[in-house]
Amino acid sequence: MATATLRIWRGERGMGRFEDFPAEVSEGMVVLDAVHQIQASAANDLSVRWNCKAGKCGSCSAEINGRPRLMCMTRLNALPLDEPITVEPMKTFPHIKDLVTDVSWNYKVKLGIRKFTPAADESWKARQDDIDRPQEFRKCIECFLCQDVCHVLREHGLKDEFAGPRHFVYSAALEMHPFDTGDRLADLKSNQGIGYCNITKCCTEVCPEEIKITDNAIIPLKERVVDEYYDPLKRLFKMFR
Amino acid sequence: MGDIETHEHDVLVIGAGGAGLSAAVKASAAGVKVGVLSKSLLGKAHTVMAEGGVAAAMGNVDSRDSWRVHFADTMRGGQYLNDWRMAQLHAQEAPDRVRELERWGALFDRTQDGGILQRNFGGHRYPRLAHVGDRTGLEMIRTLQDHGIHQGIDFHMEVTVLTLLKDGDRIAGAFGYDRERGRFKLFRAKAVILATGGIGRAYTITSNSWEYTGDGHSLAYHAGAELLDMEFVQFHPTGMVWPPSVRGILVTEGVRGEGGVLRNKEGKRFMFGDIPPLYKSSTADNEEEGWRYTQGDKDARRPPELLTRDHVARCIQREVREGRGSPHGGVFLDIAWIHERLPNAAEHIKRKLPSMYHQFKQLGDIDITKVPMEVGPTTHYMMGGVKIDPNSQMSAVPGLFAAGECAAGLHGANRLGGNSLSDLLVFGSRAGEFAANFARGTALGIPDQARIEAAAAAAVAPFERAGGESPYAVQNDLQDMMQARVGIVRVEEEMLLALEAIGRLRERADQVFVPGNREYNNGWHTAMDLPSMLTVSELITLAAVERKESRGAHFRDDFPDKSAEFGGFNITLSKGPDGHPALKRVPSTPMPAELKQIIEEMK
Repeated sequence: MATATLRIWRGERGMGRFEDFPAEVSEGMVVLDAVHQIQASAANDLSVRWNCKAGKCGSCSAEINGRPRLMCMTRLNALPLDEPITVEPMKTFPHIKDLVTDVSWNYKVKLGIRKFTPAADESWKARQDDIDRPQEFRKCIECFLCQDVCHVLREHGLKDEFAGPRHFVYSAALEMHPFDTGDRLADLKSNQGIGYCNITKCCTEVCPEEIKITDNAIIPLKERVVDEYYDPLKRLFKMFR
Repeated sequence: MGDIETHEHDVLVIGAGGAGLSAAVKASAAGVKVGVLSKSLLGKAHTVMAEGGVAAAMGNVDSRDSWRVHFADTMRGGQYLNDWRMAQLHAQEAPDRVRELERWGALFDRTQDGGILQRNFGGHRYPRLAHVGDRTGLEMIRTLQDHGIHQGIDFHMEVTVLTLLKDGDRIAGAFGYDRERGRFKLFRAKAVILATGGIGRAYTITSNSWEYTGDGHSLAYHAGAELLDMEFVQFHPTGMVWPPSVRGILVTEGVRGEGGVLRNKEGKRFMFGDIPPLYKSSTADNEEEGWRYTQGDKDARRPPELLTRDHVARCIQREVREGRGSPHGGVFLDIAWIHERLPNAAEHIKRKLPSMYHQFKQLGDIDITKVPMEVGPTTHYMMGGVKIDPNSQMSAVPGLFAAGECAAGLHGANRLGGNSLSDLLVFGSRAGEFAANFARGTALGIPDQARIEAAAAAAVAPFERAGGESPYAVQNDLQDMMQARVGIVRVEEEMLLALEAIGRLRERADQVFVPGNREYNNGWHTAMDLPSMLTVSELITLAAVERKESRGAHFRDDFPDKSAEFGGFNITLSKGPDGHPALKRVPSTPMPAELKQIIEEMK
């Protein structure tokens, strides 16, 4: 049986170092299996967050060979095994221990987004064609890999001014929801800082649900914000209103 | 012990899946102060993995459907051991609960005329499951979560409960720890709702995640509540079997609802050969009729692949045992074949079953639009649980409620697919309303301090030993033992050996050692999960030994037939005065004439 070396980040609260562990490789194995194998043998106290192990809950986010991914959906046979596989916690969020980070900021940001608001006389009828797009956004499993990779959050640390791709997808799902009447454009423009996004599409690339975050959510929202606040005719109209 | 962080709530909900969130939302809407403890992060509970849909007789696709048909289907599926009152309330209230979710923002797939689309599922006479592709559970948990966070509920994420606390006979709160720092936490409450889900982690092959260690079952048992129907563990017929690392992961029944068929290695659709008498008249006897049913032909009867889960699982097990299985010890589930019938079959499959397509492609290098899947039974759902009042969901302990998978009664000997998502909405809501009402009429109790100290001492013991066995080793051995001895096919002598083994495993669990400190230490968390797993394993085995017949999910090789005598009672277990489980046979309560009549009419 083949052996892989996992180079896992170990430590607490941002302090730590890589430690190498051997793992026996069996057919179809994913990185999370290797981490569990190590946890059950060499390092009982190794910290990892996981649940469904089928790419449906978004708990086991990490950086594997430097790339943000779900550990449960990353097959070992897709990685070069002749060198160590590095597994690190997501860098954008405060470190707790080993592979676990504090993602609570995301929950706080969501709380600030205007909730679903249906019309009082809604008929609750919709065509499937009209809900395909919001349904795409509602596939999001809140793994926060898009937040992790986004340079506005990762390099510039603008957590107070920028809601991040996950929350633009969330806002887009509400804005394009056939039964919603809420208006989130002012928030997107101001306190959620959608203007900071310069559409490098890094978020789309890492999304395990293959949501077209940039093209289908962020760009349309940016257009709506521009139409609302920067359209010269509209501005003129507003001035005289 | 004086400096334990303490929180006070009117209603404390333990668990944040569909049942817990439904309960919390309703309790909070009733105007009381609500706290929710979730073992994982919010939105990650097992509801997220539910695929097929939520059963509710809305009649959007077939207007012949009604709560009466749903009621009769549920009772038949449960082999009439169900609590008939729960089955009635469930069938009557599920449609309103689904519409309520829509009003909170859920976006279900649509019918041609714009209503909520419903699909076929095993054991349901008409297309009844409201769904979103094959990710219905995600839609539900996210809707409840996104609605709930604006309700003023206090969410305590990554907190595990070690023991319930009482003041005399009544509930007074719960004591546990947070995963991040390993600090103890005390939650005082006037009412507590258990919504902790299942027990799947007691078995090796399971669709359940690490969390499902029977916490609610065990907490209630040790607090003095009765547990009901513990012998009924559902083995879902279709889990992935290959590659090894994904063994047990669920393959939705929706695959069969969309026309997927089961074949053995000879290519034979073996389900046609074994249709139980109870279902003979409502099941297709040829492939053509079965296909028409899956495509919405209202005159066609369902294909035998859509018989109840207990039966399909046993047929698969038989094919494998008799040497007609697939290369990796399962059978073939084929949806790719529908290209013979539909022009855009590949696109159709990807659209109807996107996450199944994704799951097999990414984890198994298999394109399900081209080749069959290999599937086999996986431990999926616990029918047994806390015995509660069918209207209020309160247990025998005043102020202690239970809802969802950790409660019992609705499903009897076997749950129909889709009835879990509706269960957790209907009875989660009821538990929330009744618990809020209970809390309004009472004051906070004084928790038993000795119990807190004992639980805290037991929790830290694995650090204080000089050395010892790893908790993972004990957990693995327990899982393998339960899988082998109290699994899908049971015999008395094996189960008696299981009881002995549980005794030895308990001694080992009392001596495990954990390295490191209390900060986010998964090894320590596993050590603290062991007592619950051992408690539920023992109770499952005791009930399974007692039921000397085969019924629903409980199959005894030494008693392979149903027995009228055993069909007349349920089995309860509670903690006896000597600290050991006390077992009782509880005769079924007589069903009112009007419900009996419904069952007769639907036969």
